[in-house]
Amino acid sequence: MLGVWTEAAQGGSLSLSPVDFARYFLAVFLTRQMTVVWVIWDFEKEVVQGTLSFRLLQPLDPGWHHFAGHAAERLARIPFVLLLIVLFFGLYPEALWMPEPWRLVLFLISLLLAFCLRFLAQYTFAMFSFWIERAVAIEQFWYLFYLFLSGMAAPLALFPPLVAQVAMWTPFPYLIYFPVAVLLGLDTPLVQGFGMMVAWTLLFAGVNRWLWWRGLRRYSGMGA
Amino acid sequence: MLTGLIHPSQGEARVAAQVPFRRSRSFLEQISLVMGQKQQLIWDLPALDSLKINAAIYGLDETEAQQRIAELAEMLDLSRQLQQPVRKLSLGERMKAELLAALLHRPTVLFLDEPTLGLDVNAQVAVRNFLRDYNQRYNATLLLTSHYMADITALCKRVLLIHQGQLIYDGRLEGLLDQFAPCRSVQLDLGQTYALEKLEQYGPVEQVEGRSVRFLVERDRLTETVSRLLADLDVVDLSVTDPPIEEVIGQVFAQGSVTGASPGSDLAIAGAIAPTIKPALSSGASK
Repeated sequence: MLGVWTEAAQGGSLSLSPVDFARYFLAVFLTRQMTVVWVIWDFEKEVVQGTLSFRLLQPLDPGWHHFAGHAAERLARIPFVLLLIVLFFGLYPEALWMPEPWRLVLFLISLLLAFCLRFLAQYTFAMFSFWIERAVAIEQFWYLFYLFLSGMAAPLALFPPLVAQVAMWTPFPYLIYFPVAVLLGLDTPLVQGFGMMVAWTLLFAGVNRWLWWRGLRRYSGMGA
Repeated sequence: MLTGLIHPSQGEARVAAQVPFRRSRSFLEQISLVMGQKQQLIWDLPALDSLKINAAIYGLDETEAQQRIAELAEMLDLSRQLQQPVRKLSLGERMKAELLAALLHRPTVLFLDEPTLGLDVNAQVAVRNFLRDYNQRYNATLLLTSHYMADITALCKRVLLIHQGQLIYDGRLEGLLDQFAPCRSVQLDLGQTYALEKLEQYGPVEQVEGRSVRFLVERDRLTETVSRLLADLDVVDLSVTDPPIEEVIGQVFAQGSVTGASPGSDLAIAGAIAPTIKPALSSGASK
């Protein structure tokens, strides 16, 4: 993706330079690594196989097991991510830059919020495991929109203005594009962005709890 | 349903004076469940790691957790195996480790679903002995669901038979035999063969194989019948036994289905949990 956009940028018709694209896709890589979530696969398996029963018997919400698992995995992932970043700057030394400290702090906060939002969204879809055996299909459908509207394939600044405006009301740009824009200093309203992240996170949290209590009434224990 | 995993479609259940499905913290800290066909221990990690997670979840400090693990491991004879990945443990060792994990927080109500499933004879005995010890040491209520009648006869003082949602029997194991098996089995080895018509004068003949005959005799006529058999027939050997518990329970279920027990009454199970100390049993049909 970086190669395609760098080639396009060399034509001079885009608002971002080849170096901007290099930094953009590096930041996309970093954000994706820190926000990758797989809770729906684990949760679906627990419901279908009945192993959720053991979690339900403990005085701790089962969601925390998954959240802790994701957090711990993140720590194990960091050294490899850092290694790849060093390798990237070895290949693209002209892309090397040092963001302002306040941008780094805001980036880390947006990264944390993006992870929480992505986790809660997927964990909410996972709740449908109580009703259907393949809740993962919902996540895969969601992923289609995530792929195009999150900024993973291209910066939202290059989208047609109307599409970009509509996209900013959805949760997708806040999963990748917004943290990246914060880090790189792209033109994006910070207060509105953080507000949208918090709003979507709270919305998913509310729906998640509602589905959880509804779904538990349908849980059969699968032989337990 | 009594553990709070399944929401009752109707009726009400209370365990330790709480509604299970609400899954309040105080309720969950009092109960535990061990399932013979499912495991909570993490497959690729040493059992000790899973135990540490459980200790943290139940808010046990490190010293307390170590003390409890050591105590239960000694009771289960499992100290060495706790360091090994769960996948390397034998089935019996794994079940012992599951019991340890389930009992670390010292539940006062322990639900057991086929705890000896698939275990060899030695492991079955070890698990039963441990459950008896735990029951006596911690004054805990055990609710054991099993298809293995040996588990029931070895452990349970109180038996609950539930068939199609209806409580058929609630009482001591001996009482179950008295109520549902009014006859005893009299096995005779005879010195010669007798005509079936002659044998039937002494009571219903259950089985005849050459010189070996088995009668079913009502309990209140047992002494008289045995005296007559010894006096009239050429008896080489005689033994009197209760019918196998499996057969009795099978008959009870058969009668229950004939009498048309109505399904869906969850209330029938709830009474089983109230007493402490005594282990209780519900049959597999209650699930």
